[in-house]
Amino acid sequence: MSASVLRVERLRVAYDHPLGAVCAVDDVSFSLRPRERFGLVGESGSGKSTMALAILRLIKPPGHIEAGAVWFEDTALFSLTDEAMRGLRLASIAMVPQGSMNALNPVLRIREQIRDALADHRERLSRREFAARVCELLTQVGLPGEVADKYPHELSGGMKQRACIAIAIALRPKVIIADEPTSALDVVVQQQVMETLGHVQAELGAALILIGHDMGLMAQFVDRLGIMYAGRLVEAAPIGEIISAPRHPYTRMLIDSLPSLERKTGLRGIPGLAPLMRDLRSGCAFHPRCRVAEAGCRTRKPAMRDIADDISVACHRA
Amino acid sequence: MHAVYIVKRFGVFLLIVWIAATLNFFLPRLSGEDPVRTKLLEEASLGGYVHAGIDNMVREYQQRFGLDKPLWRQYLTYLGQISHGDLNYSIANYPRTVVGMITEALPWTIGLLGVTTLFSFAAGTILGALLAWPRAPYWMRWLMPPLWALHAIPFFLLGLVLSWLLAFKLQWLPIFGGYSAGATPALSWGFVFDVLRHAVLPALSIVLVSVGGWALAMRGMMITTMGEDYITFAEAKGLHSATIFTRYCIRNAILPQTTGLALALGQILSGAVLVEAIFGYPGIGALLFQAIEENDFFLIQGIVFTVIVALGFATFVLDVIYPWLDPRISYSQS
Repeated sequence: MSASVLRVERLRVAYDHPLGAVCAVDDVSFSLRPRERFGLVGESGSGKSTMALAILRLIKPPGHIEAGAVWFEDTALFSLTDEAMRGLRLASIAMVPQGSMNALNPVLRIREQIRDALADHRERLSRREFAARVCELLTQVGLPGEVADKYPHELSGGMKQRACIAIAIALRPKVIIADEPTSALDVVVQQQVMETLGHVQAELGAALILIGHDMGLMAQFVDRLGIMYAGRLVEAAPIGEIISAPRHPYTRMLIDSLPSLERKTGLRGIPGLAPLMRDLRSGCAFHPRCRVAEAGCRTRKPAMRDIADDISVACHRA
Repeated sequence: MHAVYIVKRFGVFLLIVWIAATLNFFLPRLSGEDPVRTKLLEEASLGGYVHAGIDNMVREYQQRFGLDKPLWRQYLTYLGQISHGDLNYSIANYPRTVVGMITEALPWTIGLLGVTTLFSFAAGTILGALLAWPRAPYWMRWLMPPLWALHAIPFFLLGLVLSWLLAFKLQWLPIFGGYSAGATPALSWGFVFDVLRHAVLPALSIVLVSVGGWALAMRGMMITTMGEDYITFAEAKGLHSATIFTRYCIRNAILPQTTGLALALGQILSGAVLVEAIFGYPGIGALLFQAIEENDFFLIQGIVFTVIVALGFATFVLDVIYPWLDPRISYSQS
């Protein structure tokens, strides 16, 4: 019935702290269409990774999901039993971690790490079927079959990242959440890994959430982009719209800060620092750094509103 | 590849044994004491008079023990002897051999301390893993404070308290020895039961004290491991929590524990002294204690040498199995 494969509604995740709870994700809503590539950017601490974990219901104390809902197709994830949710992970919604570092268990061979994933999702395969499946998965991500019998420390960063993608697509999920999959790789390998990721995503027909902070990478890769600031989604629009006509002042400043081939002037940054999440003042979280802020911005929190087809923004001045 | 690695490691083991043997040979001789004369004078004074021919006797005995030869000759003879597993005669219990006395005492020590060490390791490791696991039953948390408290008590003190309580006050268990006085060692149910009854007290004091240490170390490693990225990814893979617990948490957290176990097993022999002295257990610790009291050079040397060989051997075994436990340590390196 719904056109979206994943829907996040007014999601709110808080971390308890002796000085009061901190809202890492605050009232975020967005939806993901089938086969769509949706990017999420924001500076460190803006709640991107927390949101990824919240969708998979993997927030650990002192963090907890305070409000909101996540729908996968017609299933409300937050009302599932733990066991049903576990079964859904990887099979329907898979995560690609930042794999070049430490996402693979150092003492298990790649083959065993794939086997664990299949076995715990009741995939009963004969030894030969399993070997063929592993080989196929590795080929899909551009790795030779021998990698199956390697330990993670015997692989390069790019290979480890590919192995993580292979594990993530093992059960042909409908949604892939890639949390900064290339942030520890050099640009050449980054490009290759992104191509692999895009390729397997297209092959599976899965929707993809790509979390990162590289606007250039997003511009090349995603269909739609969400901008996060201080735990809130402040703008969501097709990538072309964001690049050519950013609506939110923060987005505009982000775009302006990208180095350009035509403009030879110095780099322009965004003055000020991201706010401490613990003492967010009233009004718009961005107002202390905003060039167009007015009196109302200090007192009233802007809500996300649709201003054009498929474009929504949370700004009083937009 | 593996063979080369094992041969290399074994070479290191032999080197350790040689160095130990050498130190073992020279150190007592540097002290300048004459064990034979000391022994004879002791016996003589016990008898109440100084023997007139004591110098002759000393010479006679020194010849018999080979102590009259130059040092380097003695050293070579000594190396030749130990390479054949001959650790000379006991001075105090002549003509019993050191090897004979050690082999008689060794099974008691290995039986008591080997078993208790392995048991404490297993129990403590499992307990520590569960203590760090959020899904473990809540009541387990109550186990930790008493175990920490027991871990802080020296086990000989706990041993004294336990033997006072269980053996002296309640008279449930024998207070002393490895088996009842008058019982003849034999492989019968009665004797085995008797030995087990005697082992309960010392075993209990060792286990109660050491379990907490293993549990504490394991709990710490588990908490570190559970913060790793691969645990988050394992959860995102939708694995059963039992799979994550065993194959991702314990499997990684247990690595340093294994090192600890190998070292603990190697130190059993030296750790035996106090336990066995308190409980009058007929093991190698009691033997060493007795040897020191009697100034029995060869016996002391023999026991110390055995301890070092045991430690070296434990390290060797660990070196061989560790690459199998942790693939990051490879056979081809080092």
